[in-house]
Amino acid sequence: MSQVEPVMPTGSSPKGAASVEMKQVVKAFGEHVVLDKLDLDVDPGEVVVIIGPSGSGKTTILRVVMTLERIDEGHIRIGDRQLYHEEKEGQLIKASEKHIREVRSDISMVFQHFNLFPHMSAQRNVMLAPIKVRGHTEDQAAENAKRLLDRVGLGDKLDHRPSELSGGQKQRVAIARSLAMEPRVMLFDEVTSALDPELVGEVLNVLRELAASGDMTMMMVTHEMGFASEMADRVLMFDKGTILEQGPPEQIFKDPQQERTKNFLKAVLSH
Amino acid sequence: MQTRWDWEYAFEILPDMVQGMLITIAVTLIGIVIAVILGLFLALGRRSSLKWLSYPTAWFIEFVRSTPLLIQIYMLFYALPATDLPRWLTTWPAFVTMFVALGIHYGCYASEAYRAGIESVPRGQWEASTSLNLKIKTTWRSVILPQAIPRSLPPLGNYFVAMFKDAPIGSAIALSGVLFVARAFQSADFRTVEPFTIAGLLFLAVSVPAAAFVRRLERRVAYESS
Repeated sequence: MSQVEPVMPTGSSPKGAASVEMKQVVKAFGEHVVLDKLDLDVDPGEVVVIIGPSGSGKTTILRVVMTLERIDEGHIRIGDRQLYHEEKEGQLIKASEKHIREVRSDISMVFQHFNLFPHMSAQRNVMLAPIKVRGHTEDQAAENAKRLLDRVGLGDKLDHRPSELSGGQKQRVAIARSLAMEPRVMLFDEVTSALDPELVGEVLNVLRELAASGDMTMMMVTHEMGFASEMADRVLMFDKGTILEQGPPEQIFKDPQQERTKNFLKAVLSH
Repeated sequence: MQTRWDWEYAFEILPDMVQGMLITIAVTLIGIVIAVILGLFLALGRRSSLKWLSYPTAWFIEFVRSTPLLIQIYMLFYALPATDLPRWLTTWPAFVTMFVALGIHYGCYASEAYRAGIESVPRGQWEASTSLNLKIKTTWRSVILPQAIPRSLPPLGNYFVAMFKDAPIGSAIALSGVLFVARAFQSADFRTVEPFTIAGLLFLAVSVPAAAFVRRLERRVAYESS
């Protein structure tokens, strides 16, 4: 097992963007190795865009950080805390569910298919977790939800059920719902892929605003290459379980080094 | 033995027949309450990640669903009091035996209805709950069950109509429900046409509206979840 540095207090405030550090992370589904000893460091406040062919496992990177899939080997650190391990008598041991829950409160994910709660209004969707998890009062949560829905341009849709909203509006509610938990790391899994083309822009505008605020670290899987080149601090080309190459967007998009990256970009940009 | 319909006799026995039907209905209603609650716990127990809970629950459901209701009634009414357990614990009136038996029997069917409802909730709902760091209890209560239960209602309704039609089996342990009353008239007066026809009509009078209600429920749930 690889060596892991002892947990160092960084003096960072409890909130604010957190780093993500993945070390030798392995995830396999049966015979199929999806993450093959993946190393990835993301700085606090950094916007990292992950691109790559479908089936390359790029979504799995987000899913293991969100704990939707558990890793087989390796370590993941969020800020100064290990996600899947905790320290006991100077040794790193497998974390309890309680520890995982605690660290997970720093992370939130937005999904391709929104996954809004269909039986609740937009405002209720945003209020649920703050009330149930963070113990906010009804009034506090309602107020905050209204502010967040305003921020994503849906201040007039508070009482609408998801079924009464367009795809772009649903996705903006989903983003507001995640923001309500004040995550230090936000994960975006192809959040515009299920949208009609004319609705993509309104969601990208919200993401742009979030990226500019620097309040959180953002990791996103996307096929929006234009958006990636505009917003990303760093682009990762992911293929066959590993990072094929990475760098600032201008380098990856204008001057890719790897043949597979060139072919991938050619295929994506030509359609 | 006469076979001609005698109106005068029919009206004479009607009050007793209705009273018997009220007992049949009462047993069914209490049985429904038990089945609704027990079924939910069985469904959750079966889904549990704790093997010591999920395995016995699955066996229990399988056992109850694979054996006839009448045998379960006899087990509760005759076999249970024959055990060494204290009498006050094992010896129940026929009325109690009957609603407990119906509740357990249909609770197992109800658990399957709940299970189908729970499984119809998309995985994304669980994932969104994890992403919001909801506790498992909150996820069940606020996210999964409010979506699963409405979808379980139509099949539950069908089971409860079936339960009502099984309730006359109580006459096997001398519960004075509608069938028992009809048979009492048969043996006392040697008449068969009126008592059993009235019993059938009384069932019809309850079952048909109940089934119509379930169909309306089905349409409404289909409409709301579309």
